[in-house]
Amino acid sequence: MSEQEYMIQMKDVNKWYGDFHVLKDINLNVKKGERIVICGPSGSGKSTTIRCMNRLEAFQEGNITIGKLELTEDVKRIQEVRRHVGMVFQHFNLFPHLSILENLILSPTWVRGTPRKEAIKTAMHFLDRVKIADQADKYPNQLSGGQQQRVAIARCLCMNPEIMLFDEPTSALDPEMIGEVLDVMSELADDGITMVCVTHEMGFAKKVADRVIFMDAGQIVEENTPHEFFDNPQSDRLKMFLEQILDH
Amino acid sequence: MATFERLETRQAPANTKGPIHWAKENLFSSVLSSILTLFSLYLMYITLPPLLDWMIFDATWSGTKEEIVNEGARWIFIAEKFNLFVYGFYPEELYWRPNLALVIFVVYVIGFRRIDNTKVRAFIILSFPVITYLLVAGGFGLEHVPTDKWGGLLLTIIVASVGIIASFPIGIIFALGRQSHMPIIRTISVIYIEFIRGVPLITLLFMSSVILPLFFPEGMEFDKLLRALIGITLFQAAYIAEVVRGGLQAIPTGQYEAADSLGLTYWKKMGLVILPQALKISIPNIVGSFISLFKDTTLILIIGLFDILAMVTLTNSDTSWLGFETEGYVFVTMIYWVICFSMSKYAKAIATKYNTER
Repeated sequence: MSEQEYMIQMKDVNKWYGDFHVLKDINLNVKKGERIVICGPSGSGKSTTIRCMNRLEAFQEGNITIGKLELTEDVKRIQEVRRHVGMVFQHFNLFPHLSILENLILSPTWVRGTPRKEAIKTAMHFLDRVKIADQADKYPNQLSGGQQQRVAIARCLCMNPEIMLFDEPTSALDPEMIGEVLDVMSELADDGITMVCVTHEMGFAKKVADRVIFMDAGQIVEENTPHEFFDNPQSDRLKMFLEQILDH
Repeated sequence: MATFERLETRQAPANTKGPIHWAKENLFSSVLSSILTLFSLYLMYITLPPLLDWMIFDATWSGTKEEIVNEGARWIFIAEKFNLFVYGFYPEELYWRPNLALVIFVVYVIGFRRIDNTKVRAFIILSFPVITYLLVAGGFGLEHVPTDKWGGLLLTIIVASVGIIASFPIGIIFALGRQSHMPIIRTISVIYIEFIRGVPLITLLFMSSVILPLFFPEGMEFDKLLRALIGITLFQAAYIAEVVRGGLQAIPTGQYEAADSLGLTYWKKMGLVILPQALKISIPNIVGSFISLFKDTTLILIIGLFDILAMVTLTNSDTSWLGFETEGYVFVTMIYWVICFSMSKYAKAIATKYNTER
C-alpha cells in the first residue's frame, strides 16, 4: 500500500510533560475509512495520542502527517489540518452562550465562509441525523448529556471532516444515555468516515472497530483485529487489562 | 410482580407561604435576628421622621430667600443654582445641545436592549461619541464652545462616559495581552497593569496634566480636559483589564480546545467564543468598576475642572447665598446615587438577558 492512502501517519512520536515521558515511540498508520479504537488504563497516553493528531497537544520528537499535510509548528498549517479533523470531547464542550443551531453554524460561516443560509441548511441536516432537530433553538445547558454529545458530533460533521477523533465520548454520560451516542457513532462508522476513538466501551469496539489498539505507560502494547484482540490477547499486560474490565 | 404507579403531585403545605410566614422566616427566625429586627425598627423610628421633616414637610420649595420661614431644607437654593450645577459655565442659549445629546443617549440605551442586530449595535456605539462631541463642542456650523466652559453634571457625565467607552476596548486588549503566550506582549501588559494599579488616580491626573506637556514640543498645547480624559482612560483600562482577566480565567480550557479543534483563528476564537462568555461573567464587576470611576471623576477638580461637586463648592462662596452647603451636597448625593443605582440596575437587566445557562 502506497503512503498516500494513509489518512493519519504517526512516526516515532515522543512527548514529554517537563521530565515526564508521556508518549514513547508511537508509530501508528490509519488508512482512509479505517475505524480504530484505542483503549488502555488511565494515564496510558491514549487521550494524549489522539490530541496530538490535531495538534491540541504539541509533541517534541517524530512527525505526524494528516492526509498529505505534515503537522508543523506553523499556525496556518495547524489550522488547515484542523479543518479536516473533527474532534468530540469527553465533556462535549459546546459553547454555552450560543444556541444549538448557532453552535453548528459558527465554524462553517467563520472558518469556511459558507453563506449563513446554506450553513443553516447543512446544520439542520446533521441535527436531523443525530435526531435532535427539534432542539435547534435551545441552549446547550437545556439539553441532557447524551443530547449535548450528539450536538457536538453534529457540530463536527458540519465542517465535513475527513477524520473524526473521539476522546472518551461516553465517559461523562449517565448510563442510560451512552446507547444513543454509540448508535450515532456506529452510523457514522457505516458511512465510511475515518475514525479514531478512545473509549472503554468494549462492545462498541467489538462491533465497529477494524483495529483495536492497547496502550500502557505511553506505549502501544498491542494492536489487532477486534476478534483476535479480545479472544486471543498476546501480552500479559493486555490479558490482565481485559480480565479487569470484563470480570465485573 | 410489583407495578410502578405514578403519584399525584400535591400542593406545598399552607404554612410555607404568605407574608406572616415570610416575616417569620426572614425577620424573626431566631432570638438574635428578632432583636436585630426590633433594633432596626427603632433606628428607623428615631431617624426617619426628622429626616423626612427636613427634606419634605418643613422644606421651602418656592419663593425668595427673604421669605424663608420654615426650619427644613431650602430647596430654592438648588432651583436658583440649578443651571450652574448641571451645565457649569456653558452658554445658556446653547443648553439645547447637551439636552439633545442626553435625549439621544436615553433613546440609544433603551434601543440597545431591544435591538439584536450586531451592525446596528456597532453603529449605535460608534456614532454616539461623535454625535455627542459635535453637539457639545460644536462644529459643522454649530458654534464652538471651548472646554473650559463645560462644567457641572454635564462635565461629570462626559468625563465618565468617555472614560468608560475608551477604557473598555483598551482594557480587553491588555487582558488578552496578559494571557498571551508571547513573552514580550505579556510582560508589557503586566507592567502596564501593575504600574497603573499601583498609582492613585490623583497622581495620574497630575502626571497627565503637568508632566505630560513637558514631553511635547514648545508651543504645542493640549486641551486640559483632553489630558484629564487620557489620564482617566489609562487608569480605568488597567482595572477593566484585571476584571476581564478574571472572566477569562473562569472559562474552562475545553472551550478553548473546542474552538481550536474547529479551526478558528486566535482572534475569531477570542471574539466569538471566549470573550462573549468571559465578559458575560464579568458584567457585575465591570459595572462595579464603572460606578467607582463615575464617582472618581470628582477628582478632576484638582486640575482645575469643575464637575458637579466642584460647582456646589463654588456656589457656596457666592456671598448672597452663604450657608447653603447642606442643601447643595444633599442634592449632589442624590444625583450620584440615582445615576449609580441606575447603572447597577441596567447591568443586572443585561446580565439576565444574556444568561443562557438556565
